[in-house]
Amino acid sequence: MKLPRFLARRRWGLFLCVAPPALWLLAFLVFPYAALLGQSFLSTNAIGDVVFTPTLDPWRTLWTRPLYISTLLYTFRIAAAVTALCVLLSVPLAYVIAFKVKRHKQLLYTLITVPLWVSYIVRAYAWKIILGREGILNTFLLYTGLVDQPVEAFLYSPLALTIGLVHIFTPFVLMPVYTAFEHVPRPLIEASQDLGAGRLTTFRRVVLPLAFPGIIAGATLAFVLSLGDFLSATLLGGPDTLMIANVVQNLFGTSDDRPLGSAVGILLLVFVLAILEVTGRAERTLGGQGLNAGRGKVVE
Amino acid sequence: MKARPDLLTALLWAAAVAVFAFVYLPLVVVIVYSFNPDSVNSFPMRGASLRWYRAMVEDEGLMSALRLSVAIALGGTAVGLLLGLPGAIAIHRHEFPGKRALERVVLLPLMLPGIVTGVAMLSTFPLLGVPVSLWAVLVGHGTFLIAITLTQVLARLKRIDPSLEEASADLGAPPLTTFFRVTLPGIRSAVISSALLSFTLSLDEIPVTFFLIAGDNTLPIEIWTMMRRGISPKVNAVAAVITAFSVALIVLAARLGERGEER
Repeated sequence: MKLPRFLARRRWGLFLCVAPPALWLLAFLVFPYAALLGQSFLSTNAIGDVVFTPTLDPWRTLWTRPLYISTLLYTFRIAAAVTALCVLLSVPLAYVIAFKVKRHKQLLYTLITVPLWVSYIVRAYAWKIILGREGILNTFLLYTGLVDQPVEAFLYSPLALTIGLVHIFTPFVLMPVYTAFEHVPRPLIEASQDLGAGRLTTFRRVVLPLAFPGIIAGATLAFVLSLGDFLSATLLGGPDTLMIANVVQNLFGTSDDRPLGSAVGILLLVFVLAILEVTGRAERTLGGQGLNAGRGKVVE
Repeated sequence: MKARPDLLTALLWAAAVAVFAFVYLPLVVVIVYSFNPDSVNSFPMRGASLRWYRAMVEDEGLMSALRLSVAIALGGTAVGLLLGLPGAIAIHRHEFPGKRALERVVLLPLMLPGIVTGVAMLSTFPLLGVPVSLWAVLVGHGTFLIAITLTQVLARLKRIDPSLEEASADLGAPPLTTFFRVTLPGIRSAVISSALLSFTLSLDEIPVTFFLIAGDNTLPIEIWTMMRRGISPKVNAVAAVITAFSVALIVLAARLGERGEER
């Protein structure tokens, strides 16, 4: 009877390892998300407390009041602009470090990853002191004589919000894009050049397709993180730059309408999950065709 | 073939340098202006002083926020390690129902908007016996930090040669001895690096903290509140300290990660 007991002990060990994190996540993560969905179908009483009377009102309000849909569309626009800029900025820097730099490559790689972890609030703050009315950019422009009046339009504008978000999320794009470039098989590039393709053609037809899954991964991160951002909008954005997460914040704060806030939050969550699912699939399909096909050819 | 200097290469390098500057310049500006002797952040800076560092240390609100943040970061990191480490080992070694689901769910708070996680926790923690308080913040941080340890340690476990553990078992070592003498030394640097990353993440977290905290402020929330009231150069000093501190922690974590790679 030695074997069964051994097995039984292994199951106990497994149980002791799995149960605590699984139960913790069930209670403090899965249940909250599920309850948020549930709360979006509840009503509030006269003083704003949530009561267990089922209703579709929050979803009806979400659908009929133009504020919510238009804020969502605005947030999508900002997130799309931020994502496009992050990718545009990441590609040349990642390319140079992956292909052109010979010395201190590891150091440079660490240098581009570090800002990813440097405090979000510090980076938002930096733009506030740079772009402010009496900020560093304005006083620099005055000092050099390029302008004779401080430029008001820098801070508290959609532009400031976009710049801030691009700065905060570019490192999230840089990392996967660099990794993707680094994994492009060098013999393929040489082959393309030997066959007479110019550098731009080689980049467009060989490097870019092979690195595409990495670019998608980075773009997804930037897009999803921008969609859910509410801090930069309060710090750098102006009165018109209301993001969807600010709406959630207000509904759980000053407006105190938790069911409606839950509905907006769930809507945001569904969009993010859908985006992650679609881009995850795209990465897998492209990765399967691109990278592996490329490796196969090199081996042959 | 040696690349000759030409317009295309020059443009590429110029773009790369400009992007690098865009990523780093704001951080450099914050650090430089933390030594600003004036109370407005304007160009050019007139001299250098430690005035705002002194003001920072004397600001009781900031200092108590800092102590609170460190305490929560330590607690959250401990929760993340205590739950993430066994989780990673179980996922690596065993097949069990719900394994894939566990691997996916644990990552959710890192992928989904922090604000949604924050309001979801705000709406349910009181029902679970955790009223909105510092305890709620601790539980919230612990929850999203499980993912850090779990993913980092799992990645390391996958690179460890399984024959080492088998050899230890074949030589008669009980499972716990094998764990402490073989497995743990193999993943030690991954555990330390996840602890450092978790600590840094917790120290900077706002969206979840914002909804779960009652009355007190953590450091980033204190800074956020100060920023909304207007600009105090004290924040320059705090921001410079945070930047230096997080860069140090991350470089350390990255080096520990590399050491593991070399093995």
